[in-house]
Amino acid sequence: MSTEAHTAGSKSVFNTFNIVAGVIILVGLGITVLRFTGGLGAVTNLDDNNPWGIWIGFDLLCGVALAAGGYTTSAACYIFGLKRYHAAVRPAILTAFLGYALVVFALHYDVGRPWRLPYPIFVQQGTTSLLFEVGLCVFLYLTVLFLEFLPVPFEWLKKTKIRNFLVKITLALTIMGVVLSTLHQSSLGALFTIVPSKVHPLWYSPYLPVFFFVSSIAAGLSMVIFEGTLSHKFMHHAMDEEYLKHHDTVVFGFARGCSFVLFGYFMIKLIGVAYGDAWHYLSTGYGALFLVEMLGFVALPCFLYAVGARDKNAKLIKWTAAWTVLGIVFNRFNVSIIAFNYQLPSAERYFPSWMEIAISIFIVTLGVVVFRFISKRMPVFREHPMYKAEH
Amino acid sequence: MQRRRFLGLVGAAGVSLAASGKAKAASKEFSGYPGSHAVLFDATRCIGCRKCEAGCQKVNDLPMPEKPFDDLSVLDQKRRTHAENFTVVNKYDVGQQAPVFRKFQCNHCLEPACASACFVKAFKKQPTGAVTYDASVCVGCRYCMVACPFEVPTYEYNEVLTPRVRKCHMCHERQLEGKLPGCVEACPKEALTFGTRDEILKVARARIRNYPGRYLDHVYGEKEMGGTSWLYLSGVPFKKIGMREDLGTTSAPHLTTGALAAVPMVVGLWPVVLGGIWAVNKRKEKIAAEEQKAAVNSAVSETQEKAQQEMADALAKAEASTQRRIDNEVKKAVDEALKAKEEEAQSQAEDGKTDEEGA
Repeated sequence: MSTEAHTAGSKSVFNTFNIVAGVIILVGLGITVLRFTGGLGAVTNLDDNNPWGIWIGFDLLCGVALAAGGYTTSAACYIFGLKRYHAAVRPAILTAFLGYALVVFALHYDVGRPWRLPYPIFVQQGTTSLLFEVGLCVFLYLTVLFLEFLPVPFEWLKKTKIRNFLVKITLALTIMGVVLSTLHQSSLGALFTIVPSKVHPLWYSPYLPVFFFVSSIAAGLSMVIFEGTLSHKFMHHAMDEEYLKHHDTVVFGFARGCSFVLFGYFMIKLIGVAYGDAWHYLSTGYGALFLVEMLGFVALPCFLYAVGARDKNAKLIKWTAAWTVLGIVFNRFNVSIIAFNYQLPSAERYFPSWMEIAISIFIVTLGVVVFRFISKRMPVFREHPMYKAEH
Repeated sequence: MQRRRFLGLVGAAGVSLAASGKAKAASKEFSGYPGSHAVLFDATRCIGCRKCEAGCQKVNDLPMPEKPFDDLSVLDQKRRTHAENFTVVNKYDVGQQAPVFRKFQCNHCLEPACASACFVKAFKKQPTGAVTYDASVCVGCRYCMVACPFEVPTYEYNEVLTPRVRKCHMCHERQLEGKLPGCVEACPKEALTFGTRDEILKVARARIRNYPGRYLDHVYGEKEMGGTSWLYLSGVPFKKIGMREDLGTTSAPHLTTGALAAVPMVVGLWPVVLGGIWAVNKRKEKIAAEEQKAAVNSAVSETQEKAQQEMADALAKAEASTQRRIDNEVKKAVDEALKAKEEEAQSQAEDGKTDEEGA
């Protein structure tokens, strides 16, 4: 869809995007009714051997990893002093905020009694649990992200005083954001450290928290490039000169950074295999899967990013970003679903029902719709004329 | 048997804190509450009559299954517990004349994975030895089911508003009343023995000693996953009766200590590191700005000086030329005046001459 066609189409309510999104949302609402009238059993393929499905493996694990663009971009800009990435900060923060909000939303589908989700924080704290760390970090980081995003609606509403105060505490918020993200991204990996008996030895490692943290940086950087590309295509009219001017700088800089991160990630994953002495599994079926992940989704994008950054090949970088995002999803699926419960006979393994998949698509769609709504109206891809070049 | 030994995890933030978890663990090992109970299951005695299943169903008010408990044809399929039954007996063909039966239920770990994993502390290891569950705080995240190495906890997937985790609770309430667990009470062949864990271990070892050739020299559950309150004796390898032998002896809570220990380190050190990086960059920017300012200033002052010098030169020049012009004018005027005077004097002299001549 070209930009012209899109702007022309957006005049009528019934454009392609709205129709597709509308159908998905209607289906999602239908399944939501089923879920909350028939219980989890009515819509999922979960059972007593497989308590977690794609609502955890995709909605939670991938949702959080792909929301990592928020802390990586804001850290690059405000802590590492890379001011030239400034234009990318707001879209990334908005994505992260929506990502986390949707993760929490998705959890309402997955847990048995969603209205009790505040219990671990406010009623009884199971502090020995890594899930407690996850919960607490989501709760706190969502608050931090909300505060980091607030200047945008306040600029939109021209509330200068409170906006200026929020901008003043940017650095503190950014540091808190990085601390919470570090803990949060890693604790999702740490969840699985309690079951060495169920996660295949090639994926199980006491280093899982470190693996999840480092790969989340790559996920965040790739997501910013990937999203920037999509936004460029469909949100061009909402962008100002400033954003467009810096767009390529962000793409090349992030590609270079991501190449290094993926290289480091590849190395520590190798160390993980050595530490677990799991070399002999490489010749098995799971070994092939592991090699696909490591060579196809870590080593390859690492190389392609490097080439793209060297040759200033934006197109290659954009495809690599999409590939890396896919690779992160692949990794999270492996840890939580495919290589999880590997000890069970294949008849007892889990495969999602179509309704589970539909709900996951529904939640992603909601995110895209809200993102479009906000970035079309508020100063996300552009600077507000009243507050130019001062945030 | 593959044993994994876990050192303290290297900090999740990449901060290396390889604390030797093993060495510390020795002083912090929990070997159960003193006087807590255990049950011994002896696979050489079990006949697969399913009376324990029926007993469990009765004392826990669980719904009766479709096929009655005396229908032994269900033993032909591999079964597991569900939300409506806390224990099952499975039949294993181990290549001998007679099959071997094994009862499955919660093993009541000394340091339970479910209790460690629960973020609302819904599970509790009781002094009786039972691991109990409190549905009044449960959120239904099912992490306990993920964490359990024995795949024990089950879930009421079809309950809409009040789904609970369901599992054997070792008849904790009956124990408090001084009664036996339902299954133990129902067993006609004394395949199940109830007592304090210390006693039960002694009984198990005595059987191994007294019946050479009948048992494997291993009490399953004595050390597995840090020890359990449900112990097993068998005449065939435990692997053959559906029990995992690769679980190791590390208790579940111990597996996560490294990751949890890294948390306060990240909270403590990350702001310092990040603040430091920020400060370094801030300083770099400041110095760069100052240098730029200085350069601009010096350039400006240099130009200014030059301009002033030029102006002064020009002024001096101008002054000099004006002076010269004035001097010239004055000289000219003086010269002219002198000339005029001379001419006057001359003409006067000429007039005098003519006067003299005329007289």
